[in-house]
Amino acid sequence: MSTPARYWREIPQRYRLEANKCSSCGKIFFPPRLLCNVCQSKDLEKTKLAETGKVLTYTIIRVPPHQFVDQAPYAVGIVELDDGVKIMGQVVDCDFEDIKIGMKVKVEFRKLFDVGESGILCYGYKFVPQLR
Amino acid sequence: MREVAAIGVGITKWGELWKKSFRDIYVETALLALEDAGVDRIDSMYVGSMSSGLFVGQEHIAALLADYLGQTPVPSTRVETACASGGLALKLGYMEVASGMSDVVLVSGIEKMTDVSGNEATYALGTAADQEYEGYHGITFPGLYALIAVAHMEKYGTTREQMAMVSVKNHKNGTKNPVAQFPFEITVDQVLNSVMVADPLRILDCSPITDGAAAIILYPAELAKKMGKPVVKIIGTGHATDTIELSQRTDITWLNATYLAAKSAYAMADKKPEDIDLVEVHDCFTIAEICVTEALGFIEKGKGGEAVEQELTAIDGKIPVNPSGGLKSKGHPVGASGVAQAVEVVKQLRSDCCDRQVSDARIGMTQNMGGSGASAVVHIFERE
Ligand SMILES: [Zn+2]
Repeated sequence: MSTPARYWREIPQRYRLEANKCSSCGKIFFPPRLLCNVCQSKDLEKTKLAETGKVLTYTIIRVPPHQFVDQAPYAVGIVELDDGVKIMGQVVDCDFEDIKIGMKVKVEFRKLFDVGESGILCYGYKFVPQLR
Repeated sequence: MREVAAIGVGITKWGELWKKSFRDIYVETALLALEDAGVDRIDSMYVGSMSSGLFVGQEHIAALLADYLGQTPVPSTRVETACASGGLALKLGYMEVASGMSDVVLVSGIEKMTDVSGNEATYALGTAADQEYEGYHGITFPGLYALIAVAHMEKYGTTREQMAMVSVKNHKNGTKNPVAQFPFEITVDQVLNSVMVADPLRILDCSPITDGAAAIILYPAELAKKMGKPVVKIIGTGHATDTIELSQRTDITWLNATYLAAKSAYAMADKKPEDIDLVEVHDCFTIAEICVTEALGFIEKGKGGEAVEQELTAIDGKIPVNPSGGLKSKGHPVGASGVAQAVEVVKQLRSDCCDRQVSDARIGMTQNMGGSGASAVVHIFERE
């Protein structure tokens, strides 16, 4: 089993969507990086991701990894946020049939699974439809 | 650099090998390659294995396998790039012979995946994705390729039936392969009615969980010619990477690492896609084969689905893809698959493939990839 450090190290990103932005070329990184992969600049400043975006692609997971067994089936998508950053997460609070490419979503803070490798509850973000 | 030839190949029956241990599967297979090459010693060996630690609880397999093969104290190296581990082992073995550092190099790959439960195997395979930002959200490997499939269908109009046809074709080829795990034919209807794994991918779109190994002996081509054996040379090698996270790519439907690895291999071999007589590709999922045929330059971007429907990739088509049955029918012991692809191409170029032989095959290619495409290795082979 991992120590809790592996979990809490990621909390700024997973709970608060903290990212960073290259001061030289403007690319935004999530999770934050030490080095820009476009221009190699090491000068990056803190920023926060947009909280709305649209679905680029999605699937319904029917055969899950062990931590997610009690949740299956569930939808996972890649969302392009309004700031252009693309992230993966579950798409919830809607019927699978309503999920479409281009669907507008917002990012919400949710529990992801019950007990992680560190023996603790694991939280993060999920996507929910913008208009219901 | 010296020219390098593959002078021996070995592969044993793949499947759920409950009665055989990791080390025994390896030794049986490697011995076949040594025998085929007619050598009784090696200078060095490479083993591709994705996750022996998670699958059989054993690391440090390079020394273990050298010992059980009776080859200690030769240098032995394990290499890992997820499902591209075997292809990478071949590249490193090639470099070692080409450089003049060694003459006889054993290149091999192995995975024993059935010693753990299905859930644990799913987890182990999932470690090839970004564990903190993909796996954390419950994605699986079929799920990642499903994301690619949905995007490809939306962008290019690729159909569910076209993906099923990849599986049908590969199973048909696999019926002629004596080592295949699932050497039987299936129909489009069977694929479309099989259990859903990650929409729109069903179980018959997915390569299986397999125990198996594959091995090749590399040797300087000049010396091989003097042995009076059929000489199959490696004339091009290419290797590239992409973002590990699928979401970070400019175009989710485009396998850029495969494209770049192929570009390097074509340049080194001084060949074009039209020169290739057959190709073994990494069809871990049906959509993967469609995207790979596009990235390798055989099929126009976006037309991979149509190409299968028009039978361009059939064994007697414009470009025969996966005459061995591919990962789908032959099986996918992840670390071994890249080496097994090369075993098939060498056999095809030696005209050793009986009723799955591609006619007049002189130049062949392999494409092996890891994760959702973040590692890719491509090789081109030519018969003298
Ligand atoms: Zn930059």
